[in-house]
Amino acid sequence: MSFTLEGRSGPWEIVVGLEVHAQVTSEAKLFSGAATAFGAAPNSQVSFVDAGFPGMLPVINGECVAQAVRTGLGLKAQINLWSRFDRKNYFYADLPQGYQISQYAHPIVGEGRIEIELQDGSTKTIGITRLHLEQDAGKSLHDQHPGKSYIDLNRSGVALMEIVSEPDMRSPEEAGAYLTKLRQILRYLGTCDGNMDEGSLRADVNVSVRRPGEGYRTRCEVKNVNSIRFVMQAVEAEARRQIEVWEEGGTVEQETRLFEPARGITRSMRSKEDAHDYRYFPDPDLPPLVLEASWVERLKASLPELPDERRARYVAMGLSPYDAHVLTLEKETAAYFEAVAKGRDAKIAANWVMGDLFAAINRTRTSIAAPPVKAEHLGVLLDLMQDGTLSGKLAKEVFEAMVETGKSPGAIVEERGLRQVTDAGAIKRIAAGVLEANAGKVAEYKAGKEKLFGFFVGQTMKAMQGKGNPALVNEAVKKLLG
Amino acid sequence: MSLDTETVRRVASLARIHLEEAEVARLQGELNGILAWIEQLQAVDTSGVEPMAGGGATRLRMREDVVTDGGIAEAVLANAPDRAGDYFAVPKVVE
Repeated sequence: MSFTLEGRSGPWEIVVGLEVHAQVTSEAKLFSGAATAFGAAPNSQVSFVDAGFPGMLPVINGECVAQAVRTGLGLKAQINLWSRFDRKNYFYADLPQGYQISQYAHPIVGEGRIEIELQDGSTKTIGITRLHLEQDAGKSLHDQHPGKSYIDLNRSGVALMEIVSEPDMRSPEEAGAYLTKLRQILRYLGTCDGNMDEGSLRADVNVSVRRPGEGYRTRCEVKNVNSIRFVMQAVEAEARRQIEVWEEGGTVEQETRLFEPARGITRSMRSKEDAHDYRYFPDPDLPPLVLEASWVERLKASLPELPDERRARYVAMGLSPYDAHVLTLEKETAAYFEAVAKGRDAKIAANWVMGDLFAAINRTRTSIAAPPVKAEHLGVLLDLMQDGTLSGKLAKEVFEAMVETGKSPGAIVEERGLRQVTDAGAIKRIAAGVLEANAGKVAEYKAGKEKLFGFFVGQTMKAMQGKGNPALVNEAVKKLLG
Repeated sequence: MSLDTETVRRVASLARIHLEEAEVARLQGELNGILAWIEQLQAVDTSGVEPMAGGGATRLRMREDVVTDGGIAEAVLANAPDRAGDYFAVPKVVE
């Protein structure tokens, strides 16, 4: 069932393609030795190259190239052994060179693909058109002074990967799933930290609408959307705007727009018409970027496990596809799960991570990166259940105490005397006492009111402060009544 | 190929070069002269020859991913016409 928006004159299909700018994870910038760390004092991470001083020459950072190649390999894309840098010319106060060094005609990575997962459990393949390396610009602050803009060049020259998709997405959900999956792949590869709050990942969203079965109509580009939720909202808002334009007999003009989350609308940026005349030409400071096939092969051999592979491995370990999907979304979650599941029952480990641990994280407002319970502690807790020291019920109690105190399960069991009672004789004595004290109910039970069985078990457990081994308590009560 | 006056104005505007009206015709002539020289190159048969940009080194040499620069805000800002703390200050640019 394909997604459509209902207009006044019938259904419309949405066509979406994304251009994602991902900041490359590296110590130094793409063409200079200045640092890339976020949040430093203004202009403290700027070299003369980044500030566009005359006579400075760019020298490429090999690790940034390697990161782009790794990303290309992770996107199952073609790696171009010969690529080239071009100058993209425009004037803006935070672009001191007067041009951005980018790759126009010959990008380092060509066609690839991403498989996305949708709510209904289906998957879809989204084509990648290309990936190229380029410099980021500086940062402008417009709200510090009534008549001036302030410029910080710390970001100027930091390496970005621009990752361009095919117009293969057909709904807000697909656009959100694509960005989610792309971010996940980048984070697994360690090529971009995916931190959208700090601007490490931002998306330009291309949207058009059409009647089902038609060819493409004119698209608009919604610039710099900085969260996955906003991407989905921007797709729908822009599609609805275009539908209205077409249905009122108008024509959608190709233009750049901005999404305003607070109002849920897009608005025109009304930039000058020549803003897109970038006059690209090959950068005369930079000879071609030529890679050795053997170097690319070595990078390929050292790639970490990717989300799709990891998910398949979890399913093979006995998890449901849904559980495998949830546990692999963030690599920190996967690492936590693996630490708990190592040498233990994978399904039980998954249930505890996705159930009790996720609940505790929500409740304590922590994160899987700094969890309220250490993975090795949760693992030990599962061992204590496995060897019969703790019943399921006691284990939950110990878990809550672990959340509160941060102590190991062993210490909590000792401190609170929570060890499960597995002495069948002791259990039998207590159960007998319970039946004696409830002689009337025992008579009712024997007269056919069998559901009282649960009452006797419950009372016995209560008398033991919940520490009785459930199977043994059941057995003892059954024998005594029989 | 020859440039009309409109294109000359546009190229100047993209390069942020201010032209007096009287300069347009002169620059049109000069630019067309340059383009004519370049066009002479078309006479050379380049079929089967790979296009190239620049000469010299045949490929980029790569730098190690090590921080070797920065921490020179004073030097970077030294020639700025205006500053505010360690920021460059420029006339307000908001679209």
